[in-house]
Amino acid sequence: MRVVVDLTRCQGYGQCVFAAPDVFTMHGQEALLYDPDPSDEQRARVLRAKAACPVQAIHIDRFAARAAGRGPQVYPDAGDGFKRNGRIVIVGASLAGLRAAMVLRREGFAGSLTLIGDETHEPYDRPPLSKQVLAGQVPVEHTMLPRLAELDAEWLLGQRATGLDLTGKRVRLADGREIGFDRLLIATGVRARPWPNEAEAALDGVYVLRTIEDAIRLRARLAAGTGRVLVIGGGFAGSEVASVCRELDRPVTVAERGPVPLFGALGRVIGAIAGEMQREHGVDLRCDTTVTALEGDAEGRLRAARLSDGATLEVDMAVVALGAVRNVDWLEGAGLAAGVWGVGCDAGCRVFDINGVVTDDIFAAGDIARFPHPSYEYQFLALEHWGNAVAQAEIAAHNMVSDQTRRWAHLALPVFWSSQFGVNIKSVGVPTFADGVVITQGSVAERRFVAAYGYRGRITAAVTFDQAMWLEFYQRLIEQAAPFPPDFAMVGRPAVMEPVPAEVPPRVAVAQGATVVVTGHDPGERRAILVRRPE
Amino acid sequence: MAETCVFDRILDHANRADPYPLYAELRETPVMRRKDGGYVVSTYREIVALLHDPRISSIRPEPPEGGSPPGDESLPGLPPAFIRRDPPEHDRLRRLAMRHFGPPHSPGRVEGMRRQVGETVTRLIDAFAGRDRVDVVDAFAYPLPVIVICRLLGVPTEDEPRFRAWSEALVETLDPRAGEAVERRRVAAGTELRAYLDELADARLRQPSDDLLSALVTDDAEGRMSREELLSTAALLLVAGHETTVNLIANGMLTLLRHPAELDRLRREPDRVDAVIEELLRYEPPVHMPPVRTALDDIEIAGTTIPKGARITLALAAADRDPGRFPDPDRFDPDREDKEHLGFGGGVHFCFGAPLARLETQLALSELARRLENPRLVADPPPYRQNAALRGPRHLHIEFDGVAPATTVGVAIADGS
Ligand SMILES: Cc1cc2nc3c(=O)[nH]c(=O)nc-3n(C[C@H](O)[C@H](O)[C@H](O)COP(=O)(O)OP(=O)(O)OC[C@H]3O[C@@H](n4cnc5c(N)ncnc54)[C@H](O)[C@@H]3O)c2cc1C
Ligand code: HEM
Ligand code: SF4
Repeated sequence: MRVVVDLTRCQGYGQCVFAAPDVFTMHGQEALLYDPDPSDEQRARVLRAKAACPVQAIHIDRFAARAAGRGPQVYPDAGDGFKRNGRIVIVGASLAGLRAAMVLRREGFAGSLTLIGDETHEPYDRPPLSKQVLAGQVPVEHTMLPRLAELDAEWLLGQRATGLDLTGKRVRLADGREIGFDRLLIATGVRARPWPNEAEAALDGVYVLRTIEDAIRLRARLAAGTGRVLVIGGGFAGSEVASVCRELDRPVTVAERGPVPLFGALGRVIGAIAGEMQREHGVDLRCDTTVTALEGDAEGRLRAARLSDGATLEVDMAVVALGAVRNVDWLEGAGLAAGVWGVGCDAGCRVFDINGVVTDDIFAAGDIARFPHPSYEYQFLALEHWGNAVAQAEIAAHNMVSDQTRRWAHLALPVFWSSQFGVNIKSVGVPTFADGVVITQGSVAERRFVAAYGYRGRITAAVTFDQAMWLEFYQRLIEQAAPFPPDFAMVGRPAVMEPVPAEVPPRVAVAQGATVVVTGHDPGERRAILVRRPE
Repeated sequence: MAETCVFDRILDHANRADPYPLYAELRETPVMRRKDGGYVVSTYREIVALLHDPRISSIRPEPPEGGSPPGDESLPGLPPAFIRRDPPEHDRLRRLAMRHFGPPHSPGRVEGMRRQVGETVTRLIDAFAGRDRVDVVDAFAYPLPVIVICRLLGVPTEDEPRFRAWSEALVETLDPRAGEAVERRRVAAGTELRAYLDELADARLRQPSDDLLSALVTDDAEGRMSREELLSTAALLLVAGHETTVNLIANGMLTLLRHPAELDRLRREPDRVDAVIEELLRYEPPVHMPPVRTALDDIEIAGTTIPKGARITLALAAADRDPGRFPDPDRFDPDREDKEHLGFGGGVHFCFGAPLARLETQLALSELARRLENPRLVADPPPYRQNAALRGPRHLHIEFDGVAPATTVGVAIADGS
């Protein structure tokens, strides 16, 4: 049986652990880990766990449950017969693609549905890869998402899309085939950013972590050795890898360019707390430090790393966790607003063409999409969040089969979770959209607290460490643009509640580095052209 | 004011058997102000919001001017238990208790009690043999949770009857309208229970065994409970887990007897019991209103401002019948997909004992369904207890044609093995 827990909803009540302790485990107070593919003898217990979850966050064998309280959803055909006879193609057969496919069928789309994915596996879930899989608690094959057999769709797996013909409405595949569509969903996500020096990246012992194959290799090597691991980059992925290393009792060094880990996501103040956690767990954390070179021995095995602080470390392995590169290569020249920043779309997931005009039949969702969010001054957000992929895919799928009077907007606030060093870190909103931050509840010393972020006098985000039950409250404050700093009498309020400067990284302009040339004189012929620059 | 009347009618014992139409009326004003300045909240979304709102305190409010003191579940002379505390103290005490009850440190404890609870259920039903009529409450639902909690805490079997008597006296006073005589009984029972638990704790300190009390007294975790806190916690587990579980079993049997097709399906498909229980927790919950809250600050909700200092009653049972949340809410339907009920509350005070309550009720209802031959209600509605907040039948007399023999089948199936 296949299980997915929507950890963006989970509040750590632990009811599932009581019901099925061999499947669900608590890592610390509220970081839930689980086996996504438990054996059939656990079935009764897992069903009981699902029934007992107070927020109904557990999905079994299906993955298209309706958001609670949404009205009647299966609207009639818009009158063009599309729902019955249309052709939909989804490129990218992972979380967003699968979810969209399921929602399309749920919404009564009966036409032809094709999913194209360049990975050979069924769609699988990535978050366990850096957590329970890497720690060896759950085999990597258990991460398959529920359940493509039940979905009436054509699967072209192991097939890479190499081009898009917008006028002819065709997707080109690597083997030369062309697949026609009426509507297209772009869900090609991101890939791990490789180590920039190719020769060094090719050394035996240098890893990235994005796919199942990456996880298998990394896990095998981690389980086999005892030497020092170097994690390059102290973002969420890097921090989770470091956490697992310590759990396995491997010595580990984290090199982070910024002043603290998680700097890019949470800013300096809260990142500093994450840094203390790392050190308490024995991580050799080096901030304001970059790796300048990786060195191999005669056999091409990684041996040492040189750091910008002058140190040379003997290391067994290096995990490159430098963020992601958006999978837009196949869209080059297609005439869409696609570039290093992702694929630009509106809040209804309709993709912009290169001139910034919205298209009717091309949609995007998941890590690849960049969309404007009204709560953040209509700035464009690109989120690499599980919950965003799920929510946005639902909106995209709905809009693909709905006429314009029934479209939905993707207005959900971003929610993210990470599990590291036995602490469940969650955030709602955009923590980097901030000029101030304040601890509003709990205790930093105990690693159980809520931090609220604000920008120009209103709340824009909140981060919890092992306090997920309060997140909803802050979500509402953000949605209502409540004043910052919040100044309520409330339970667990610390003695002093002084906002401090957030010290978030400078907000990079959306499409920084994009060079666009505009040509033509008549309004009817003016066009934008994206000029490629060497990376 | 007509609005005020609705809630008074809900509290009126005359309406105990079917308060649901009154809840519908109550929900027309999602946040209602009462004459005494207290507020009653009755719609789903608003209650969920308040359960997760840090501006709400669970610390017992001062009794209203001239009013009687509200029911008190703590023992005389002891500090309030964690159900009546706020973070960070609440979290600390709950965490320390949870260390020996559930995840992360003791994830298997409750599941480990399945067999024992199953045997108790079997024994209680065995005693029905040779009769054609019993009171499900007195003969079954009432003793079961006390026996189970005694096992959990490590109270020796021979002391169970005394424990039960104390528990009854304490539970009686949870009712906001309990009188003075009741109050005297409570103080007496509480004093005795406290002395008993204190002695038992001493004994377990000298000679620990594998029960919860032993674990709590010998705990060497940082910030360990003081002896007084420990006694409060033990009493809380007893009181909070007693009448609630009684009501769930009794309400469950009553509801199944009112829906014979469901009873029949349960008999044939014991695995359905989980779905039945979750729907029961929505449809006929034992806790209609959890302990009253206090607003620590002005709170704007559903267009109303609840002023700082106001007392807030959360009508969980009204929310669970909110048509804005559950389609066709007045239908008992274990097959409904969406059962995100508030039967165990929500937020930091979410029921501590929920897994144990579920375990007891699973075994109780599936075995009653399996073993009772042709069970029938003697009176519908049955007589109800006075209490509006913890609502359930005082007696549930049923007749039946016979009792099927005990097997371990019911237990085994419910265990999924
Ligand atoms: C190790 C790890 C841990 C994570 N942990 C968390 C976490 O704790 N919390 C959280 O919120 N999020 C986490 N995430 C992020 C989360 O997994 C992503 O947000 C999610 O996978 C996004 O789904 P997606 O479908 O948009 O993109 P992806 O999952 O990236 O899927 C895109 C798919 O498209 C395929 N593809 C790309 N180009 C082509 C092409 N040209 N033709 C055909 N197919 C193509 C790709 O191979 C891939 O299969 C984690 C991610 C990783 C890698
Ligand atoms: C069907 C049976 C039960 C029901 C319906 C029930 C319901 C509830 C509810 C609604 C609350 C929330 C109170 C609030 O918000 O203030 C609660 C709290 C609590 N319950 Fe239960 N309960 C049941 C059984 C049990 C059992 C068996 C135990 C003990 C073993 C128990 C122990 C507790 C405790 C200790 C709390 C306080 C939690 C806290 O404040 O953190 N309950 N229960
Ligand atoms: S919220 Fe649900 S999924 Fe999360 S720990 Fe609790 S029961 Fe498990």
